Amino acid sequence: MQKYMRWSGMLVVLMLVLAACQSDGGGASEEPSSDGGEPSASADGGSGSAADCDADEFGCIELAEGDPLIIGTALVITGANESLGLDSQYGAQVANSLRPEVAGHEVEFNFQDDGCSTEGGTAAARALVSEENIAGVIGTSCSSAGIPAAEILSAEGILLVSPSNTAPSLTAPETHEPFYARTAHNDSIQGAAMAQFVCEVLGLGSAATIDDGSAYADQLAAVFASEFQSQCDGEITAEEAVTVGQTDFTGVLENIAADSPEFLYFPIFVAEGALITQQARETSGLEDTELGGADGILTPDWLAAAGGAADGVYLSGPDLAFSGDFYADEFLPAYTDVSGESEPISVFHAHAFDAYNMLADAIEEVAFTDGGTTYIPRTALRDAFMATSGFEGITGTLTCDENGDCADAKISVSEVVDGAFERIWPE
Amino acid sequence: MPGRRIRLNFVNLFLWLLGGGLLAFAAYGSFLTLIEGRIQPNQWQNLIVAGVALGSVYALIALGYTLVYGILFMINFAHGEVFMWGAFTAFFAATALNDAGMMASNPVLAFFLVLATSMLVSMVVAIMLERIAYRPLRGAPRLVPLITAIGASLFLQYTARGFYGSGVRAYPDYTIFDGTISLGFLSLSVKQAVVILAAVGLMVGLYLFINRTRTGRAMRAVSEDKDVAAMMGINVDRIIVTTFAIGGLLAGAAGILYTLIFNQVLFFMGFLPGIKAFTAAVLGGIGNVIGAALGGLILGVVEQLGPNLFLSGYGVPSPNQLKDVIAFSVLVLVLIFRPSGLLGRKENT
Repeated sequence: MQKYMRWSGMLVVLMLVLAACQSDGGGASEEPSSDGGEPSASADGGSGSAADCDADEFGCIELAEGDPLIIGTALVITGANESLGLDSQYGAQVANSLRPEVAGHEVEFNFQDDGCSTEGGTAAARALVSEENIAGVIGTSCSSAGIPAAEILSAEGILLVSPSNTAPSLTAPETHEPFYARTAHNDSIQGAAMAQFVCEVLGLGSAATIDDGSAYADQLAAVFASEFQSQCDGEITAEEAVTVGQTDFTGVLENIAADSPEFLYFPIFVAEGALITQQARETSGLEDTELGGADGILTPDWLAAAGGAADGVYLSGPDLAFSGDFYADEFLPAYTDVSGESEPISVFHAHAFDAYNMLADAIEEVAFTDGGTTYIPRTALRDAFMATSGFEGITGTLTCDENGDCADAKISVSEVVDGAFERIWPE
Repeated sequence: MPGRRIRLNFVNLFLWLLGGGLLAFAAYGSFLTLIEGRIQPNQWQNLIVAGVALGSVYALIALGYTLVYGILFMINFAHGEVFMWGAFTAFFAATALNDAGMMASNPVLAFFLVLATSMLVSMVVAIMLERIAYRPLRGAPRLVPLITAIGASLFLQYTARGFYGSGVRAYPDYTIFDGTISLGFLSLSVKQAVVILAAVGLMVGLYLFINRTRTGRAMRAVSEDKDVAAMMGINVDRIIVTTFAIGGLLAGAAGILYTLIFNQVLFFMGFLPGIKAFTAAVLGGIGNVIGAALGGLILGVVEQLGPNLFLSGYGVPSPNQLKDVIAFSVLVLVLIFRPSGLLGRKENT
């Protein structure tokens, strides 16, 4: 009996480990497209406009008079990285408070949680797909959630606009999903900027990187490493990886310390980022190593979690020194009203604000009314969004390319001084 | 092993070959790494010390698994959550004490207050768990409490999430434990020393409790045969509650020691240490108290040392990502060669 007990125990452990390790394998399954967008206009005789809906591969979003226009969000709003997603969500809500009506319909949100993971992105996208008549989605927060979400939503012809996905693969020509776009910078820019900062401003010649296996960290660390080598002939001593949820980094850090790099770049997320910061400070061999992270930990939550060890860490991220008065005079007070926070809790609120307005502009451009019903053809909406050019937003002048990169990317580097972020570069 | 006939069937042969292969792989990898000489001796020493500190925490949690298993023959999968509840609740005590300035004015007392909070909360959670989730199912088939345990684990996790939020919280710094100690060739941080000493102290205390007190003797009796123990006048229910309470106290202490090293709490923090501690208990021979302590230490050290020692010599990219693979491979290896764990009871008794 004991024997069976032991084996069943092992079995349970195995199951749990597998469950913990499983990445989403079923994200690709596609449901037959059964849009609610069957043009009912054909019933009342049909018109040229209704033919647009017929011609559109994914049909139309149809809103009867007085129906709300639904915009979904898929942002990380729980867990260790919640500040990243909530911040973007507040940004979208601020935009909504200033522009509550789009194409004559009141906008309602459907908030979903992307969990900052592949599984979470899949679940959020599935939940949004099941909502009939969803006009578009603002999300995801994390690139690893964005990859499956873009696939699922694109299969249904629903536009996904991310305020904070930065992984290059999302808008690379060979992997870009047709209904995906973003207002956040591409990490090919952020990684290059950080490499430039490290060798030109800090004057360091060797570096090691740590990623956590997520699409964001993995790709950003790789861009940094290759730019660091090509831009200024820097030496990459190690490209290490850790796992999400790991708490003990002694092994990784000792392994890195064996080569004593001058710079350690860990563009990962809050929980692991804080622990690495603390443990790196206590690792012998890394005493003189400068530490650096990226926008994934550019939040007060990370500062609180890392405590005093955070001082002196360099972080790359979007430049929030926006030109114009709108951000300081109108956006920030509205942000405080919506969120109850005295200042932004992360760095992608303005990107979400711009995403909302670009989406609203594109909707108004293609929407038409027939007999009191508003129709929005889905493919035309995508085309209108992707054709956005010279849009004046908070984050700059946004123009989308054919792969959905819309950002007017400006990167800055901040240093933690006495427990607060201080923007130090570019001057 | 004299007197034990080894049956050489296909499955056994395969398992032994697998085990031998893994060992040879690890040995050759270590050889390559050491020849390469990239990692310095003092770094190896740091890894071992960190492994022992982490292993002591695993050992304390593992004791909870093993005590309960010894008496009820059930695996209390919610034990990792008992650990989390103590550490998470004590976080609020720690911040309150820190805000009140006691962390600075009277750090030792503050530390013991936090420790007491954690141990108390974990004990209460463990007792409630037994009372609500397990006792009504005492006579049920063995699979039933196992499933209940997993349900209870999820319940406790998400209740904590509801109570305390889903974000990561950081403990205030215990500045008294900053710094390092050097003992000849050995150097370790004060925090690691505190963790190791506290864990050893608790384990010795538990050993004495089980072997030297009346309650301890009653626990051993119940573990051997519940019915006979009941006939001898032992209140079996009370002994079972005591067992859970002790397991909870140890888990609560482990929680504080864990936060001393990692100083973060999260509602999900109990999952992985729970699994690791369970592995440690099985490794040492589940039901055996010394085995659990030994298993925890071995697991902690192997986890720290393994990736760098076994894998980096082969040039495996980012070997430390595979540390859990190594930890669980050790479990598989031990179970191949000693199916009932290092110090477990023999197969057919």
